Amino acid sequence: MSSATVARPRPGPRRGRIRIGRFSINLRDRDTVVYLCLAIGALAFPTVADFITGGEGGPIVLLAADAGVYVLLALGLNVVVGFAGLLDLGYAAFFAIGAYTYALMASGSLGHTPLHHAIHIPFWFLLLVGVVIAATAGALLGAPTLRLRGDYLAIVTLGFGEIVPRVFRNAGDWTGGVNGLSALDNPVIPYWISGPWSDPGSPVMVIKNLVFSVANPTAWYVLMLALVTLSVVMLNNLRKSRLGRAWMAIREDETAAQAMGINTVTTKLLAFAMGAATSGFAGCFYGAKLSLVSPENFQFQVSITILVMIVLGGMGSMPGVIVGALTIYLVLFKILPDAPNQVHSLLATTGFTGIDQPHGDWPGLGELVSRLKFLLFGLILVTTMLLRPGGLIPSRAEIDVERAAKESATLHQEGAQG
Amino acid sequence: MGAVAAPNGNILEIRKVTKQFGGLVAVDGVAFAVRRGEIFALIGPNGAGKTTLFNCITGIYPPTMGAIHFDGRDISGLRPHKVAQMGIARTFQNIRLFPFMTALDNVKVGQHVRMKAKLWDAMIKTPLERKEEAYVRDRAYELLRYVGIERFADHYARNLPYGQQRRLEVARALGTNPKLLLLDEPAAGFTPQEKVELMKLVEKIVADGITVFLIEHDMKVVMSISKRICVLDHGEEIALGPPEAVRSNQRVIEAYLGSQGAH
Repeated sequence: MSSATVARPRPGPRRGRIRIGRFSINLRDRDTVVYLCLAIGALAFPTVADFITGGEGGPIVLLAADAGVYVLLALGLNVVVGFAGLLDLGYAAFFAIGAYTYALMASGSLGHTPLHHAIHIPFWFLLLVGVVIAATAGALLGAPTLRLRGDYLAIVTLGFGEIVPRVFRNAGDWTGGVNGLSALDNPVIPYWISGPWSDPGSPVMVIKNLVFSVANPTAWYVLMLALVTLSVVMLNNLRKSRLGRAWMAIREDETAAQAMGINTVTTKLLAFAMGAATSGFAGCFYGAKLSLVSPENFQFQVSITILVMIVLGGMGSMPGVIVGALTIYLVLFKILPDAPNQVHSLLATTGFTGIDQPHGDWPGLGELVSRLKFLLFGLILVTTMLLRPGGLIPSRAEIDVERAAKESATLHQEGAQG
Repeated sequence: MGAVAAPNGNILEIRKVTKQFGGLVAVDGVAFAVRRGEIFALIGPNGAGKTTLFNCITGIYPPTMGAIHFDGRDISGLRPHKVAQMGIARTFQNIRLFPFMTALDNVKVGQHVRMKAKLWDAMIKTPLERKEEAYVRDRAYELLRYVGIERFADHYARNLPYGQQRRLEVARALGTNPKLLLLDEPAAGFTPQEKVELMKLVEKIVADGITVFLIEHDMKVVMSISKRICVLDHGEEIALGPPEAVRSNQRVIEAYLGSQGAH
């Protein structure tokens, strides 16, 4: 083959590209389009929710903020499982660590402990502290698992996921045991300029000490949006960096990665640490918003739910993981719990009340739906994975599996001619 | 030892290296040296311990006995990434690319060890990181062009035709900026035409100042490009010298070349 020194076609301004300053948005790139849709959807959501419910959008907006917690968790776990290929079944442990960090350092709780002195550190600072502590915990867990691969690693992380909530439950002097810790501080912004953007029709004025509370769903929502955006930007930068490539190289072939000079020990530790750091964000937010943490909130079920989110969304694909998290959250915490009532009212309005009445072994359709909730959830999962094996928005690699045969055939032809 | 970094000295010294797996002696007291700037070949029948020796050199496992010196420093037992950092790069007998990364990214991973950007630089994209990434991208294209597969840059490694995958492995190894390049059967499965191209490539690499140490089965390739050859059989070194000497060595003919080596 004559050494192919053909100049690479430089991607110039092409159709489907929008340039804003030095940012260029490529509308033909699938991920960009998904991010764009998500961003527009997220910004419009509170207004739309208010409009649809006739000014009563608050609860839905709060629910969306809670969904954001899962988006953060899914993004974090995706670093470990999707990027670095390390199966982690105990991810909720880091979530717990983040949440308890907040609970202990931003409430009166420490006053009832052997320390006898309550600490009230502001939320904003604790976000950082939570991230650092969770990342450290991630590195600590990572350390003993470094020599393990695949299934063995998964089992060890599973163990860690069981240990952490148990420690929090049994260290009752410090953590309130089974009851957990409550009455956590709300985040406060010292100064806030209020205006039509916070509440339609309100005058522009400076508010001192704006408190995040249940009465202020939009504040929580915006805060969550900011955290998610920050995480997406940083993790996406990492994905495209030296470290991100090293993670993927380890996922693809650990021996070859080592031979290329990648220190697999530190690289894997960083994957665990970065994944955990993201859940530190999630934990702080969760604790602050719920104003309560208890060991029951961090069970194995949570780890699995997050894992399901990333697998269903598309492992390794960040937009996929976000969509997956939102979808599962919607199904699990909104659609399925509401389903029995929906069925009741649907049957009532259409007049088929007969099949909603229990008689004999028949419990009534609404009740049946309620009993079969998790069967339905399972069916939804199985169907989705059958229809889209690579996830809702597969990482490029997954799409590639499907068209690999075709593409590699044409390349082989080219190679033969070249 | 010490400052043996004289320009024409030995770049790699294998000093009585033995590798045992349980009772099996895969490599048995092998000793030879690769000189700076030459093409050195390691040959031998299947199971002679060639790849095992490569794995010892690159730190995949430590030698049971003996020492390996590279550039005047003892590297025996060093971990693989340290060995790569010191300037030894390799390819694998059964191609080990990163299948679901593009050809370009594969070469970028090769440059990992020469990069400085830290976690924080990457997260917030500091000017240092941007500059480095731009450099690494350009260098990756340059290397792909060097081995002649630039047009495959954006394709997944697994989709490349077989021959181009071997080339990509070389490009990736060159990305680590090595002083010594270990090639494990680079011509395996090649057509005669491809073998000629490969030889050209190897000669180009050596001309650029990188020492090449290769394992190869194809006698034509080995005899025509190597300066010196070491022959292993059952883990033992049975011959060492220039191609002509090895070709006519009786033990080698018996052990390995058979009737093929006689003509």
